[in-house]
Order: sequence, then structure tokens, then C-alpha cells
Amino acid sequence: MERMYQTSDLEAWDEKIREKVEAFGLTCYDQEFEICDHTQMLGAMAYHGMPAHYPHWSYGKSFERQSTLYNHGAAGLPYEMVINASPSLAYLMSQNSLCLQILTIAHVYAHNDFFRNNATFKYTKAGSVIPSFKARADRVRAYMEDPSIGINRVEPLLDAAHALSMQCSRNPAIRKLSQEEQRARAVAGAEPPVDEYRKIHKRPEYVEPDLSRVPLEPDEDILLFIRDHQPRLSDWERDLLTIVHEESQYFIPQMETKIMNEGWATYWHREIMNSLDLPQDIYLEFLVRHNQVVQPIAGDINPYHVGLKVWDDIKRRYDEPTDEEIARHGKPAMTGHEMMFALRETDRDSSFLRRFLTEDLCGELGLFEFQSQDGSLVVTETTDEGDWKTIRETLLRSVGTASLPVIKVEDADYDQNGTLLLTHAHDGRNLHPGYAEHSLAHVYQLWGRPVVLRTAHDGDEQTWCYDDEGFREAD
Amino acid sequence: MSAVFRPYSASDALRSDRSAGDRLRHREKIRDALKENIAEIVAEESILTRGSDRIVKVPIRGIKEYRFVFGEGSPRVASSGDGEVQKGQVIGQDQQDGQAGNGPGPGGDRPGVDYYETDVTIDELVDLLFEDLQLPDMERKKLREIEVDHGTKRLGYRRSGIRVHLDKKRTLKSKIRRKVATGPRDTAGGIAAGPVPTHLKGQSSASVGDDQRFPFHKEDLRYRRRVPDVRPESNAVVVCIMDTSGSMDVMKKYLARSFFFLLYQFVRSRYQTTELVFVAHHTQAREVDEEEFFSKGESGGTMISSGYRKALEIIQDRYHPSLWNIYAFHCSDGENFSSDNTEACNAAQELCDVCNLFGYGEIKSEAEYFGATSMRKVFERLDAENFHAVVIDDREDVWPSLKAVLSKERVDPEQEGAG
Repeated sequence: MERMYQTSDLEAWDEKIREKVEAFGLTCYDQEFEICDHTQMLGAMAYHGMPAHYPHWSYGKSFERQSTLYNHGAAGLPYEMVINASPSLAYLMSQNSLCLQILTIAHVYAHNDFFRNNATFKYTKAGSVIPSFKARADRVRAYMEDPSIGINRVEPLLDAAHALSMQCSRNPAIRKLSQEEQRARAVAGAEPPVDEYRKIHKRPEYVEPDLSRVPLEPDEDILLFIRDHQPRLSDWERDLLTIVHEESQYFIPQMETKIMNEGWATYWHREIMNSLDLPQDIYLEFLVRHNQVVQPIAGDINPYHVGLKVWDDIKRRYDEPTDEEIARHGKPAMTGHEMMFALRETDRDSSFLRRFLTEDLCGELGLFEFQSQDGSLVVTETTDEGDWKTIRETLLRSVGTASLPVIKVEDADYDQNGTLLLTHAHDGRNLHPGYAEHSLAHVYQLWGRPVVLRTAHDGDEQTWCYDDEGFREAD
Repeated sequence: MSAVFRPYSASDALRSDRSAGDRLRHREKIRDALKENIAEIVAEESILTRGSDRIVKVPIRGIKEYRFVFGEGSPRVASSGDGEVQKGQVIGQDQQDGQAGNGPGPGGDRPGVDYYETDVTIDELVDLLFEDLQLPDMERKKLREIEVDHGTKRLGYRRSGIRVHLDKKRTLKSKIRRKVATGPRDTAGGIAAGPVPTHLKGQSSASVGDDQRFPFHKEDLRYRRRVPDVRPESNAVVVCIMDTSGSMDVMKKYLARSFFFLLYQFVRSRYQTTELVFVAHHTQAREVDEEEFFSKGESGGTMISSGYRKALEIIQDRYHPSLWNIYAFHCSDGENFSSDNTEACNAAQELCDVCNLFGYGEIKSEAEYFGATSMRKVFERLDAENFHAVVIDDREDVWPSLKAVLSKERVDPEQEGAG
């Protein structure tokens, strides 16, 4: 039988959970829980959980999609939704059972701790997240309501900006050099290297660095580059580009740590729940729910499943290493929990998986690589028979922003006629030509001058152009 | 670290439909997309099988959000959990549906055909069709209304007429009015006292002289006025005539069906009552029900005139042109016994005379073009404004053909002037 509960019951459980959270050494921002119904949850999901967000039709689309899936039972709703802010904000669905609420609260605290401590999130300015989203929403609404601008001009610009929002620097910890620093570096780079044998060597010719080039170094932030170098944009257009850029910068850390973060939260909700001395019925329900959460998903990676397994393995390796592991790596210098807390501060999915996804783990998780061949998905590599490192590399390239192509602005005045030259850093994966065509159209829309994209397709160099005559492949 | 719980409030929940505006905007975009692809959509099988709830599922190409992504060929990794996967095993079909990306970040990271179905009622679809036709509303009203004589009805009163229409009460009233107006003036005090009620007046006049007769005058007589009652009727009947001879294969029937369906929807949206008549013919014609009309195949030769004669007969019996707006449409593959051509042409001429619109759709597949007989050639002789012949090769032709046909609808000259 389902237990009835009140908000006061949740508060009582929260009290107990927080004691455990502190006992385990998690350090969180203050936490706010908002109890909502499923429609509000769907609404919150559509806007990435933000209490205030600028309007755009794509969020309506996302809502419709989610609610259709939900109403047809094809997809459940997440038990929890928590946003990286200080105080952190989480939603609890009022229809959930008491067990789920307790589970969710425990899970949320672990996410909160991760947001607060992980290095990737250092630059998200957690304290001002909600107010700044609100301020951006107000600005966009103001442009939409401004009779001299209006929704019919704002919307296409947002469409275009959204198309490029992920073409930005992926690691905020890598500082972008200022114009002066770039220039200094170019000048320094032009100097011939110090040569100990310059007396007997021919004097190398000094090549004047081309300082008139824009940009001096290839620039990843396409939106910002267009904002700063397209003179025909009006202020509101520049502002919209900034808004979209800032928002994607906010979400990148979450993409970059999806597996770690979910694994971390799943690990800790399990620890907390096990230590809570739950009544039997709640405990049994917890076991069922927990197992559902960490089920592998057919044909995909379940971050809860993979993340939890890796964290568990790290703990095991540091607490109870096998003889073989001691022989290979020596005796661990830290306890399992110490190592885990250290990792949750320093790592992101790519480094985390590269360092700790071992061959044994690959086998245990049953990881395999597959590829689309003539319309069928064919398994190309399995851990048992194939090279597990290939699988790990493929996995690393599909987590976080590594799943998105790197495209940089190479030259703003290509051919001396204001053409924007973009280069795709080809890493063996081809661009989707149809998507690239439409995306180039969006770049052209913002840049206002022809756009050229250099890429490769199955090893062949290709140049794609977009100008007033539309898309074409240049020879 | 502290925690705050904000309890659920039902009234907040009611007010918090924050995505309503964005959903509306998205719907608008879908509508625009529907409009763009309307020709393709109406040719879809699904909308022809109209269910009782009259809601159809229409596949539309979603409003995609493009970004730079990797193509489908890139390898991906998944976990099986149990490890029972072997190299070379096929684990599924590449569905390429637009999968939303994991993670809270905006947008998906995998390309996909963002194909999804949306629910549209037939009426919505028909509205869209009209928008596509670009008929302004004013023009849409220009349908031919048929005036039906329902006898006469009363409409006010008049001073002349025949005896049976005499309205006694009104006649008496007007006599009294005249009597008061022409009667002897009262004393000055009476005027000063203001209007005197009629019944007092009567008393006073009676006291003046009972013997003073005041007869009815011709001017007092009031007659009920009767006018002919002509009401505009808007009934329409769609006569679907189809060649069911052996040469009409499934695809051709399907095209015919699309055409009839659209014609019916078009007519239905403009008239209060719309009826459907199905005439199937090969060398002989009969009236059949809808199911039989589209499903049953027959064999044998073709005598188009038989179908037309049958249609004319039905029109004569049940749908007299003075009461009904008649839309007739004939679908055939254009093959006919050549001996029947003249007769067919004459019958077609007769149909044109009784119908608002008579359309002829010739369904051909490319292969048959050469050497095949074509009724269209024969019908070129036909002299009627409201006749239109089209050729349908493919499903995409259905809607443009219908548009072409509908543009030929006969409009009554006086209504045209009024419109």
C-alpha cells in the first residue's frame, strides 16, 4: 500500500538525509525543493529547469514531444530535476511515492555537491544563475515586444544563433587570449628559434608575421566572433548572440560531466539510503527503483549505469585492490572515498573514463561498438573479441562536447571579399552534409556575406560554400 | 547548508503553463509546414480512411533545428549489460529518428529525420486546403444558391388587395383613427387638458350625436400583404463516376479515390447538406455504395456513356438541378470503345448542362501514354464552360489537378455580379 505523506514528512526525512550528507563529507550549496505536478515538471524540463527563460518555439516543441511521450507511456519523467545554482533548485513531483521522494532528495544533494565542487563548474557563477537567466529572458521579451524589432525578427536570429550555440570553446578553464596576447604570441612565434650553432648555420630568414589577419588565431566561438566582427549587426542582434552564447556556456559543464555526475549522485543516494534505516516497505521499493535507474538501455549508454559502475570500481580498487593491481600500480596511497572526492573535483567525463574505464569494466558493462551500415546497426567491436581500447576511444568521442564537431573561424576576409572561412577539424568523423548545409545557411544569415567551410569527407578535402545563391560545393 | 521546501499549490500550477506561448508558436510553424506540403499530405493514404472521429494523423516533416553534427556513419558505443553481443551482429535498424540529445544542454547531438505525426481534423485540413487555393472569403460565398419556392408568406400590410386578405382589426383601427382625426373639435379647455383618451373621446362624440354615422371608407381598408416565399437552398450532391473495368488497377483507383475524397471535402465545406452518389461502370453502369465503389474490381470493356447515362438518370430522379448543386466527376483511364465516343460526348454535354461542375480525370501511368486511346481528345469537342479535364499521373498531381478543376466552377452571372 502506498504511504500518504505531507510536506512536513519530507522535511523530516530531509533533516535525516542532510545529517548523512554531512557525515559522508559532501559539501553542498543551500538547497531549495519545489514540489510540482507533472505538467509543471514537463514545463520545467522544456526550459532546462530554469524558473525563468526566454521564449522560443523550440521549447514549445520540446514540451510537446515530452508530454506526448509521457502521455503515451513511452517515457517516464525523471524523478528529479536539479539545476546548478546557489541555492540549488530541485523539483519534486507531487505524485511520486514517499520512497521516490526520499531517494530523489538524497540524489539531489549529491548533484548539488558535485556542482559545487567540480572544477568544470567553477566558471558558471552559481550565485547569479537564476537572476541572470531572468535578466536574459526579460531582454529577449523586450526585443520581441519592441515595435521596431518584434518577434518576427527576433525569432529567426535566435534560430540561427541556436544552430551555432555549441560551436564555442568547450573548456572554460582554458583562458581565451586577448587580442594583444595573440599579437604578442604571433610576433614571438615569428622570431627564429634560438640556435646554438648560429655561427656556422645560415641565418634564417625572418618572416614578418601577418598581424592584419582576423582572427590572428583560429577562433572557436563562432557566435562571439560574428558578434564582434560583423559591422552590420544592430545592438539587439549582438545582445541576442551574447545571450545564446552565455547560455550554452552555462550548460557545457553539465554535458561534460554527465556520466560522472549521474554516477556520483547514484552512488551517494545508494549509500545514503542504505544508511538511513528505512522502514521495510520503503526499502524494498527503493531497491526496485534503484535497479530500474541503473538498467542498461538497449543500444545506448545509460549514464547512471556506467557512472555508478566506474565509481564503484574506483572505490574497490583503492579499498580492496587485487594482487594483480597492487603488482601493477603499487599499494594505493588513498582510501576509496578520498580518491573519489579528489576525482569529483578534478575530472570530467573524458578524463574520468580514460583513466578509470578498465578492460574488466568494459567487459562487465558489456560495452560494444556499433555502426550504421546500409540502414542496419551492426556491431563492429566487442570487449570480448575485439580491442577494448577502440571501444573506449569511441566512447570518449561520444561523451559531452566531444560528440560535436570542432569548427573554427579561420579568416574573416577570405579572398579579400569579406567571405568567412570556417575550418572543420576533421577527426575521422564526417559532417552530416544536410545538417551542415542548413547550419551554413544560418552562418550566412548572421554573417551577411558568403561563408566557406573547409572539411573532409572520407578523406577527400571538401569546400562547401554558402552565398546568396545558396549552398554549393566548390571544387 | 540549509533546505527549503516549497509546497505544491494547485492554483500556482494552473497559472504556470509557461510553455503555452511557445507551444502556440510551434503549432503555427507546423501549420505553415503543413501548408507547404499539402499536396503531398492529401495524397497520403491515411487521410482517405476517415475514421468516425474525423481526426487524421498526418506525418509532417518537423520543424528541425539544425546544427553542425556528425553523419550517420560514425561509430557509437552502447552497453549490453550481459555481454551477449557478437561482432557482426545486427542489433537493429537505423531509424534515424530525431533523438534528443542526452544531457540538459540544448539540442540533440545526432542527426535525424525529425518526422512526426500530428493530429489534424479533416476540417482543419480542408481549411488549409482553402488557404492554399487562396480563395478570399468573399469569393467563397459565391456559391450557387438555388431558390426554392415555398409558396407565400406574410410580410406587413398594404392598402389594396383582394377581399380574403382583409385584416378586419387593422381596418377598424384605422377607421377609428380617421374618425378621431376628423371629428368635431372639443372646447379650448379640452385641448389645454392634453390628449383625451380614446374611449372618453368616443363617449363624447357619441354624446354629440349617436345618429351621426361614420362609415368605413376605402382608405381604411388594410390588407395582409403576402409575398412569394423564395428561400435559397444550398444542397449539393457529388456524383462520383468511376470506370471499374479491368484496366483500372489498384493504384489508379487509389488516385481516383483521393480525387473524389478531396472533391467531396471541398463541396461539403460549402453547402449545408452534401450527398454522395457513386456510379461504377464498365460497359454497364450501376449505383453502388462507397465500399464497393473503391474496392471492387471488375473486368471487361468500357462504355463511358453508360456511366454518364446512369448519372443523368439518378440526377433526374433524385437530385433535380433546380434544387441541387451538382458536382460530377469521372475518373477513367481514358480507354473507351471508340464506337461509344460520340455517345459519351453527348452525354457529357448533357451532364454539363445540369451540373455546376463536371470534371473528367484521366489516370494514366507513363507507360501507357503512347498508343493508348484518350478520351481527353474526344472531350476537346465539348463546348461547356464548366467542363474540365485533367490528367493525373501521380499522387502529387492530385491536388494541383483538383485546384485546376475547381477554378472552372460555374458561377451564376447575377451572383457573380453581386459578389
